[in-house]
Amino acid sequence: MPQELFIALAGNPNAGKTTMFNAMTGARQHVGNYPGITVEKKEGHARAAGDLLHILDLPGTYSLTAYSQEELVARNVLVEDRPHAVVDVLNASALERNLYLAVQILELGSPLVLALNMMDEARDQGLAIDAERLSRLLGVPVVETVARQGTGVNEVLAAAARLARERKGSWTPLTISYGPDLDPVLEQMAARIEQEGFLTDRVPARWLALKYLEADEEIRVVGRKTGPLARELEDMAAGVAEHLHKTLNTYPEAVIADYRYGFISSLLRQGVLTRARDRERLAFSDNLDKVLTHRVAGPLLMFGVLFAVYQITFTLGQEPLSWVESLFGWLADATAAALPDGPLKSLLVSGVIDGVGGVFSFVPLIMIIFFLIAFLEDSGYMARVAYMLDRVFRIFGLHGCSVMPLIVSGGIAGGCAVPGVMASRTLRSPREKLATLLVAPFMTCGAKLPVFILLIAVFFPGSEAVALFATTVAAWAAALLVARLLRSTVISGPATPFVMELPPYRLPTLRGMCIHTWERTWQYMKKAGTVILAISILIWAAMTFPGPSAVDLARIDNQVAALQSQAANTADPAALARIAAEQGSLEAQRAELALRSSLAGKLGVALEGVTSLAGFEWRTNIALVGGVAAKEVIVSTLGTAYSLGEVDPENAAPLQARLGSDPAWSPLKAAALMLFILLYAPCFVTLVAIRSEAGSWKWAAFSLIFNTALAFSLAVAVYQGGRALGLG
Amino acid sequence: MPMSLRALAKGQRARIVTVSASAELGRRIRDMGLVPGAQIEVVGRAPLKDPVALRLAGFTLSLRNNEADFIAVEVLED
Repeated sequence: MPQELFIALAGNPNAGKTTMFNAMTGARQHVGNYPGITVEKKEGHARAAGDLLHILDLPGTYSLTAYSQEELVARNVLVEDRPHAVVDVLNASALERNLYLAVQILELGSPLVLALNMMDEARDQGLAIDAERLSRLLGVPVVETVARQGTGVNEVLAAAARLARERKGSWTPLTISYGPDLDPVLEQMAARIEQEGFLTDRVPARWLALKYLEADEEIRVVGRKTGPLARELEDMAAGVAEHLHKTLNTYPEAVIADYRYGFISSLLRQGVLTRARDRERLAFSDNLDKVLTHRVAGPLLMFGVLFAVYQITFTLGQEPLSWVESLFGWLADATAAALPDGPLKSLLVSGVIDGVGGVFSFVPLIMIIFFLIAFLEDSGYMARVAYMLDRVFRIFGLHGCSVMPLIVSGGIAGGCAVPGVMASRTLRSPREKLATLLVAPFMTCGAKLPVFILLIAVFFPGSEAVALFATTVAAWAAALLVARLLRSTVISGPATPFVMELPPYRLPTLRGMCIHTWERTWQYMKKAGTVILAISILIWAAMTFPGPSAVDLARIDNQVAALQSQAANTADPAALARIAAEQGSLEAQRAELALRSSLAGKLGVALEGVTSLAGFEWRTNIALVGGVAAKEVIVSTLGTAYSLGEVDPENAAPLQARLGSDPAWSPLKAAALMLFILLYAPCFVTLVAIRSEAGSWKWAAFSLIFNTALAFSLAVAVYQGGRALGLG
Repeated sequence: MPMSLRALAKGQRARIVTVSASAELGRRIRDMGLVPGAQIEVVGRAPLKDPVALRLAGFTLSLRNNEADFIAVEVLED
């Protein structure tokens, strides 16, 4: 049995690392998260000669500092897990910058293989790279690859396996000179570190000294816990920083970066890189950008693309969505027919099947949206969207990339916050991402629409289009203003630097997009089977128990029995019709009674004292509680609460008539209610999505409480303000 | 005479003289290869004039104007 070799894949974003990983591992991948954070962890297996390779795809990074979660994760894997070999995937066209990460890995000492990827593009751009010379100068294996076509992938695996066997886990750190100001102090620090054996079981002494000079916060925290030498090292670093500031007005980390780039430039000048034709580089991409980011045409095309993404998702998703719905509808009917009436049947049909079915109905939407997003990201267009919109979204403390999650969530009315929140993954700036996913649920999602359409039809007849448009505008205003508020309070902090690569346009590979789509969908389905099923059962229980008293039930049963015996004794069609109608109304009363005596119902009644400030009575309250399960439930729950029996949200004529003739309802109350529904707690599926994208239940709870409080305050303001003005 | 990167016009080429940003922004700027001596060309500006797109050796980069303020450059004549 050969030993399994552990190989880590490192590399810059946009260098083709994911394509390389896919080419190495095929479909045999496992995707999860690193514990406690939202950085994705992808693993897979591959074979090289007789060896089984366990391959870990590190997050794409430009460096190994401690500023982003991605960099920290990459660094910690290299230091703590000590892979048998590391493969650094380089974009050969931007060799200088890509080597910056490679040099840092070499300074750490990990056994390294360089994969010069996208060699075809580099050649097209007139670059000649002497891989053999680069290999000799750096002392590491270098393999030329085109991962998209699978060229060189096996050679990389073989080189990694060979290196892992040769090096047997030993590290050989590269030493670079950092000039007359830093070298002496680096040597002193390294000597002290060696002397004390300070963390030397984990990292090379010189590397550690370098991190102290770079003022690396994470290393300093670890150091302070390790021993008193930490103080001495920090003092030495502070001393040299002060000296540099006084004499050269610069920082140690700036000097370090300069020398590292200097090392790379001199390396490339030794015949590694020659540019044949200098001015023709990236000509295709540049020409495309002249149109796609043009001052006028650019934004117009962008809105076209965003609208198309939205249209394709929700029209193409319609058909499979209805299949999923009918499948679960059939399952519910079959189960209902097979089981006797009682709590078990209710649990299975209303709790499990409806709950899970509701969740699975999102699957087609999620598949389509992530397929399209994968296309936009892999093609390089998403970076342009961020580039064009950044100036606008920055005002609200967001990022140019925030636009996609907001639109998908319902920025164009009828979206869905579940894929919307999940789409916030495209944001690499943590604070901007959090703000985006917390405000995305304010948008007019497809499930809020039936409620709005119902209320608008009853209370604002004739101005349907205007009212619906006003709702969407209100949603955007709320999302952007709340984002601004959050970014200056709970998620305060300076804007994450925007500095971002605009990768050349490329045609994405179908295989890459399919793998990406499947990963997202599978993660979502796993959630549906666990957390979401559990919450769905809890909500069902809250809307079912404790239930009506035996006395009340017996009264209705007796009335039904009386009607049935009347029906048995008559053959008159008119009398039979009257009896059937009365029986229907009794069943509706029974449903209303069941709802009112449930936990949710009691909560709705108990809250009436407070909610009457916004004009909501207990029936509305119950419907709103039900709306946390799914917003479309609001209409049907309102129907049940008004003893109208089953109300189809698509055809709610009886409920419309009932609300229109009820003196307790007015256009003002409807407006306050619509505002509340627009802004209050997201449905629980969205809450679960927020939890997984934000990385903690804390933010899901925040969303639940804060959104409801905000929605309620605004609804009260509208209702009371309107009343003071004599509007209702 | 060094000038701010922000003041460069589209199509102008320049060499970076100093990068005065520190901490996270400084690190990000340097990680991307914007270090003294690097040659850049302004290839475009977003429709609202901000951010700016720069060409470096073999790739394109965008950064906000207020980030460009930390970078001093000298213009290269063709």
